[in-house]
Amino acid sequence: MIDFRTDPTTYKHWKIEYAGNVARLAMDVAEDGGLFDGYELKLNSYDLGVDIELADIVQRMRFEHPEIGAVVLHSGKDRVFCAGANIRMLGGAEHAHKVNFCKFTNETRNTYEAAAEDSGQSYIAAIRGACAGGGYELALACEEIYMVDDASTSVALPEVPLLAVLPGTGGLTRVTDKRKVRRDIADVFCSMEEGAKGKKAEQWNLVDKVLPNSKFDEFVTERAAEVAGKSERPAQGVSLGNLQRTLHDDGSLEYDHVRVMLSDDKGVATVTISGPDTVPACVDDIHQQGAKGWALAAARQLDDAILHLRFNELQTGVLIFKTEGDPAAVAAYEQLLLQHRAEDWLCREIMLYWKRVLKRIDVTSRSLVALVEHGSCFAGMLAELLFSVDRSYMMEDEFEDDNRAEASLLLTEGNFGSYLMSNGLTRLQTRFLGQADLLDELKQKIGVPLVASDASECQLVTFNYDDIDWFDEIRVFLEERSSFSPDAMTGMEANLRFAGPETMETRIFGRLTAWQNWIFQRPNAVGENGALQRYGSGSRAEFDRRRV
Amino acid sequence: MSGNTEISYDSMIPNNVGLSSDKRVLKALEKWHPGYIKWWNDLIPKKFQESRVYLRTAVGVDPKGWAKFDYVKMPEYRWGILLAPQVEGRTIPCGEHVGEPAWQEVPGEYRALLRRLVVIQGDTEPASVEQQRFLGQTAPSLYDLRNLFQVNVEEGRHLWAMVYLLHKYFGADGREEANDLLRRSSGSEEAPRMLGAFNEETPDWLSFFMFTYFTDRDGKMQLESLAQSGFDPLSRTCRFMLTEEAHHMFVGETGVGRTIQKTLEVMNEAGITDPFDIQKIREHGVIDLPTLQKKLNLHYTLSLDLFGQEVSTNAANAFNSGIKGRYMEHRIDDDHRLSDATYPVSRFTGDGIQLEDVPALTAMNMRLRDDYTKDASGGVGRWNKMIEKAGVSFTLKLPHVGFNREIGAFAGQPICPEGNVLSQESYDSQVADWLPSTADGDYIQSLMVPVTEAGKYASWIAPPKVGIDNKPGDFEYVQLHMA
Ligand SMILES: [Fe+2]
Ligand SMILES: [Fe+2]
Repeated sequence: MIDFRTDPTTYKHWKIEYAGNVARLAMDVAEDGGLFDGYELKLNSYDLGVDIELADIVQRMRFEHPEIGAVVLHSGKDRVFCAGANIRMLGGAEHAHKVNFCKFTNETRNTYEAAAEDSGQSYIAAIRGACAGGGYELALACEEIYMVDDASTSVALPEVPLLAVLPGTGGLTRVTDKRKVRRDIADVFCSMEEGAKGKKAEQWNLVDKVLPNSKFDEFVTERAAEVAGKSERPAQGVSLGNLQRTLHDDGSLEYDHVRVMLSDDKGVATVTISGPDTVPACVDDIHQQGAKGWALAAARQLDDAILHLRFNELQTGVLIFKTEGDPAAVAAYEQLLLQHRAEDWLCREIMLYWKRVLKRIDVTSRSLVALVEHGSCFAGMLAELLFSVDRSYMMEDEFEDDNRAEASLLLTEGNFGSYLMSNGLTRLQTRFLGQADLLDELKQKIGVPLVASDASECQLVTFNYDDIDWFDEIRVFLEERSSFSPDAMTGMEANLRFAGPETMETRIFGRLTAWQNWIFQRPNAVGENGALQRYGSGSRAEFDRRRV
Repeated sequence: MSGNTEISYDSMIPNNVGLSSDKRVLKALEKWHPGYIKWWNDLIPKKFQESRVYLRTAVGVDPKGWAKFDYVKMPEYRWGILLAPQVEGRTIPCGEHVGEPAWQEVPGEYRALLRRLVVIQGDTEPASVEQQRFLGQTAPSLYDLRNLFQVNVEEGRHLWAMVYLLHKYFGADGREEANDLLRRSSGSEEAPRMLGAFNEETPDWLSFFMFTYFTDRDGKMQLESLAQSGFDPLSRTCRFMLTEEAHHMFVGETGVGRTIQKTLEVMNEAGITDPFDIQKIREHGVIDLPTLQKKLNLHYTLSLDLFGQEVSTNAANAFNSGIKGRYMEHRIDDDHRLSDATYPVSRFTGDGIQLEDVPALTAMNMRLRDDYTKDASGGVGRWNKMIEKAGVSFTLKLPHVGFNREIGAFAGQPICPEGNVLSQESYDSQVADWLPSTADGDYIQSLMVPVTEAGKYASWIAPPKVGIDNKPGDFEYVQLHMA
């Protein structure tokens, strides 16, 4: 089982030094510290285990070290920055693991890339030694890239010539969209195994600046101080501690605020999120509660549950989201965060964390359903779930022997701008693409409890059923869903979820990843004689030369 | 060198590649040449630049041409571009293209791989000159000084050879790499040489002899396997370089041998029978055998690291694509493809040192390293014969391949020279017995006094049995320039 929970005391692959408002993050991968057997993490190459630690570091940087304004990403090894994802690991991994691995690493890259704009934490790559493939992609996600000009250090995306796959962790996309490398130059760069060093790398804008070795450290240190000084940094973070959960033999999973139950055949997982018991009175309370406060704790638990299901429960094709609690309490909690997000870093970070968790759900390739039952609390950030899922069902009127409060939704200000999707729009904007007037009308409903008939009228749920139809409709839907091809479902859902404009992020998740996953299925890469399988054997790949 | 100075490259660069009619390469070399001369002039002290050195120059590849002896000022040495004669009908000796006609041009798909190999080889050539730059000041004799300079100019020529290939066959990128060969520099903070061992200074003459014996031998093994390349110009280039490399190893073997010889003579004269009576032996200004063993341990193991990881994808690709063969590929009796063969490779696990069969293609480095060990043991045997003949009971040994390693399966493991795995504590407490200490280095350094009188030798080294080019014992190999 893959466990995404980690903490600084158990890191194997990274070392962090904090000095004032600058952190120095050294990648120093333990060769024998691979998550699975059968490969060694040579030359600072990484596998999922390395990336799990990085994700944890990035997360804790924001909550535990808000004083940090710049993070210098460098290598803890001599003569190599990072050789990218470990090829033997990829060669040996099942398709599903490869896809999940790439998705997770992409999410982590996006997270620290966004840290500059969102939180004033800028990542700066300081490259000394070979930086290839996923290694350069690590750097590409940084705000700024500096490189030593020592006639050896280079950046490269050698995936195509070497492995017959793509630089799929944002590489191709960031080269053109972010670094603005001209497309024909990008074509040259992405076809050359050895990459570019020195002035050429700077001319092509693959790095921001190259510097002689003797001036490099000083320059990077100065630059980091300068970048870190751009924003006021709060003094004290909150400790995230360890995430507690109980995993039962039947696969069910329990956290304080989140429960995951699996159906008998494990085809369906029900994720139930409980709302807050009480609402903090003021910002100080939020700080006092720290990681224990509902909004932060629930986000974290939901995040972990989703990752757990993605990696460890592959047969689970449908995720049902349920909530329980008081919608007004959720709305009030969120209101407090929203009100203070401008001046209070923790309120802001909690909101941003919800934004990330919701995005993670958006790109989870399972059929997503929300059941709005009586006693539920789909309000604010939890209401976003309704607009993230593929379908939603809502209970209408009283149900026999059910004395829970009648199901109602609560829209908040947050639903109109706090949780942008990867396409840069709110989920409601995406849902009602091109219908601005409808959105305006919806804004009038902020704070008004909407029961099934209202929600249906406002087009906020897919179906509403009373107790005569509810159980049967849900059962039939689930049975139908599980009879469809999982691949067709993944494809259909991924296409329908992201209406609207393209952004770099949607291009990474939609275009780049989709092509990569296609290539990952093709014999030219993964067949017995394909490049990924043949890599390291010395034998050359044999390609089917026909274009598809 | 200013732009309007006409250099007659045709006469300046002895070559058998038709340089005068190859305008493109001539032009490229003209651009590169000033940088090279500058590199050379910056490196070698003025006094020696002006001295006349009795050097061997290769002006052709035939038996008559390749060893012309005469007094030359080093900056005027004629660095030639000489390839072994083309063998009619030569075929690719190994890998998936085995038996196909050898390539006369770079095959596009292997261009990057080939260029990398040429650059790595090229990078080591000037590196050793840089490492040895200070040795001229403390040469134990004019004979040795001359040998040092001979090795140096030939390493310079080897750089030329690689640069020629880069210019001739690798286009704009090749030119860029050729320039970077002059930009990187041994031990430099700014742009160090590519391989670790080539960034260490050669601090004294015993180190120089050990280096030429052990580390140049790594170069020999690399050249031997590149001589088996399916890319014919590379093969021919390396084959000719090997003739010069043999001399470098001769300098190493005889240098260490003469050091031993002198120690043995002194021990016998003084009636010292115990080779471990270091104090007493050192009182006579010679280097005791245990210290020689430590130096051997150091240089041998540093050189082993140059072979890289035991299991290597790059090495597998290079063999399979026919870019780099095995040592003596043509004498090996197999299919030269190795598609199903295995080779035992050392592994270090919790249970200690083990051999494990892996696909032979991936074990190219390990195999070459094994061949190297065999090759390196020859001279050690001859040194031991000398010791035996002198009646001293001491045997020099190559340490276990797991000892003192920084690269590969044994990197950083506490393995003693006998090959036993120790606790880190126990290893640390004994390592001073196995590797030269600072005090050992200081002692050797104290012996490094220059001797500039023809026919005279420093206290710690015996004269050679035969002179270079059969010159008599008091021949003035270097006519030192006195400013
Ligand atoms: Fe050489
Ligand atoms: Fe040599």
